[in-house]
Amino acid sequence: MTVMSMTTPSCPDLYWLPEAADFDGALRMFRNTELSGEENWVTLQTLANYRLDFMQTRRLDRVVSDKTGSLPGSVPRLRLAILGSSTLEHLAPAIRIGALRRGLLVEVHVAPFGQWRQQILDPASALYAFQPDAVLLSLDHAALLPTLPLNAPRIDVEAALDAAVDELAQLWHLLRDRAKAVVIQQTQWIVAPSLFGHFERTVPAAPAAIATQFDARLTMRAAEEGALLLDLRQAISGIGAEQIGDPMLWHHAKQTISPMAAPWVGDHIARILAALRGLSKKVAILDLDNTLWGGVIGDDGLDGVVLGQGSGTGEAYLTFQHYLKALRSRGVLLAVSSKNEQAIAEAAFDQHPEMVLRRDDFAAFEANWNDKPSAVRRIAKDLDLGLDSFVFIDDNPAERDLMRRTLPAVSVPELPEAPELYAKCIADAGYFEAVSFSLEDTKRNDQYAANRERKRRQFSATNMEDFLRDLQMVLTVSAFRQADLPRITQLINKTNQFNLTTRRYTEAEVRALMEDPSVLTYAFRLTDRFGDNGLTSIVIGRRGPEPGSLELDSWLMSCRILGRRVENAVLQVIVEDAKVAGITQLIGRYRPTPKNGLVKDHYPNLGFSLLEGATDPGETAWILPLENLSLPPVDHIAVMRGS
Amino acid sequence: MDKQEIYAALTDILQDVFDNPDIVATPDLSASDVPEWDSFNHINIVVASEMRFGIKFKTAEIESLRNVGDFVELIASKRIAA
Repeated sequence: MTVMSMTTPSCPDLYWLPEAADFDGALRMFRNTELSGEENWVTLQTLANYRLDFMQTRRLDRVVSDKTGSLPGSVPRLRLAILGSSTLEHLAPAIRIGALRRGLLVEVHVAPFGQWRQQILDPASALYAFQPDAVLLSLDHAALLPTLPLNAPRIDVEAALDAAVDELAQLWHLLRDRAKAVVIQQTQWIVAPSLFGHFERTVPAAPAAIATQFDARLTMRAAEEGALLLDLRQAISGIGAEQIGDPMLWHHAKQTISPMAAPWVGDHIARILAALRGLSKKVAILDLDNTLWGGVIGDDGLDGVVLGQGSGTGEAYLTFQHYLKALRSRGVLLAVSSKNEQAIAEAAFDQHPEMVLRRDDFAAFEANWNDKPSAVRRIAKDLDLGLDSFVFIDDNPAERDLMRRTLPAVSVPELPEAPELYAKCIADAGYFEAVSFSLEDTKRNDQYAANRERKRRQFSATNMEDFLRDLQMVLTVSAFRQADLPRITQLINKTNQFNLTTRRYTEAEVRALMEDPSVLTYAFRLTDRFGDNGLTSIVIGRRGPEPGSLELDSWLMSCRILGRRVENAVLQVIVEDAKVAGITQLIGRYRPTPKNGLVKDHYPNLGFSLLEGATDPGETAWILPLENLSLPPVDHIAVMRGS
Repeated sequence: MDKQEIYAALTDILQDVFDNPDIVATPDLSASDVPEWDSFNHINIVVASEMRFGIKFKTAEIESLRNVGDFVELIASKRIAA
């Protein structure tokens, strides 16, 4: 195979995406059609979700730049700067299209090849003028390390490695302090021809030993410093470095990554950017027959389906279930959409002896004979999540096609025909990219399960007041704390519905808010008799512009605690605090997005009055004078002050 | 695939790379005739041709090219060898 790759081109493709029957025709038609900004946005995303090669990616990217001016202002955006020790301009279209695939509009700035150190050190550089939200450092260790003699003793090699990683960490700090940007560090993936063969990595200064040692130090340091990784080393290990780079392109054009591989690498970079903006998928919706087991449970019966021991195929389905269970334990929600009798489908999970997944593992379970797009819509409503949070996993190409046509916001992988490849396909597609992992994530499924129970009780309680009191809610409030930063950042970037201004902040920006004396920050945790809902509500207030004013920059709340009048208790806390701090009026704003219609009347409902003028189009501003203010008592929630 | 077909395919590639429907691959055409034909787009033409014709070029082969005519000869010779 390696001999072949020297004479014929090969590159990794986006095999989980469907091939477009007539991509160029569709692109031409779109290019020549006048659509509304919203329609342009949806069509661009649809076109980006085909299996595009390098040239198709460039073609689509040109159309994107033609249409960018027409796109709605509410579209999520991010500015990415790239600094590298090789030529990287050719990645920009692929990054933009990869991001578009995930509903994110990215502007890319590529610093001239080899200029990375100067760009970071010089506060007046083009890098800082660009004002990036994120900076990708794509550096080969050779650019950071001095040349070491092959017989250098281990202690010298380690000192050189430590010095290089220290320098890198200092550069990360500069980027964070000066640009307030998230740092993304690429790992070391380039494999030099071996000098010693299998003995290579036991020689401290041999190229492979240096590369792996440097990479190990770099990843550990990144974890300590809160830098994110673009882990190409890990991603490429599954496909082979010769699929990504081409010595001819390095010698001729100083490209370590071939343009042919750009769509694949760009998609990987875009995953991280989308995750930073809260656009990773949250739910896997699964078909049952021939997706979670072999055969048809309604026809073949509990004993007839292929699952587990005694059959290689049955083992393959078990392995896939184990993978899903592990995804669940890291916080991805699972749901079922299957054409089946509900009772038969549910019984399979409780009664089949080999079943790994249990009925309780699913946050929603739709087994009936209705069409699947309707089922997915219903699940989205039940879970209070947008359709773009869902991945639809089904072995049936017709169901996949119907889903793509009906609900283009739902991600639908081209599942391979063999169940042993299902898990790899889902992983390779990068739907559930994370930029943090917190205790909250591991509990999420239980919280949704408890929520279903609460919903049921809501129907049984005779009135709302009784239901709310019966929940025995306790709201704990504190200013933003270091330990809560990952969760706070996550909430700020993921919350779409109960979010008054939908302002997104990176972890670095949140940290800056914490240190700003003119900013008041509030993080609220909610527990109830069913358990801990975790950190679920956030308010950020800024003093000014008039003396005595507190402008509510952000007010957001996780959807899992909607409809419980938590916002009334939150307001009480803010008002009490504000009075102590000598504030005389609160100013709130509602900035509409396609997703936050829910809170349109949030401020008037809380007793704020409309503030005329001084707002952007579409926005409304609201004022609450605090003098002589008496808010109605909130007696269904106990408020506690945290440290 | 005869040379005429290679010229036709290269015309497609050049039009695509330069986003210019008027450009036509002719034997004498060279980088100096097209203002946008810089080193970045040169590599794009080379890689798009590798994809289109299913061949790989060596560094020395790329460096010896003077014009589109040379490039077509190179592609034709590699197609026969493959």
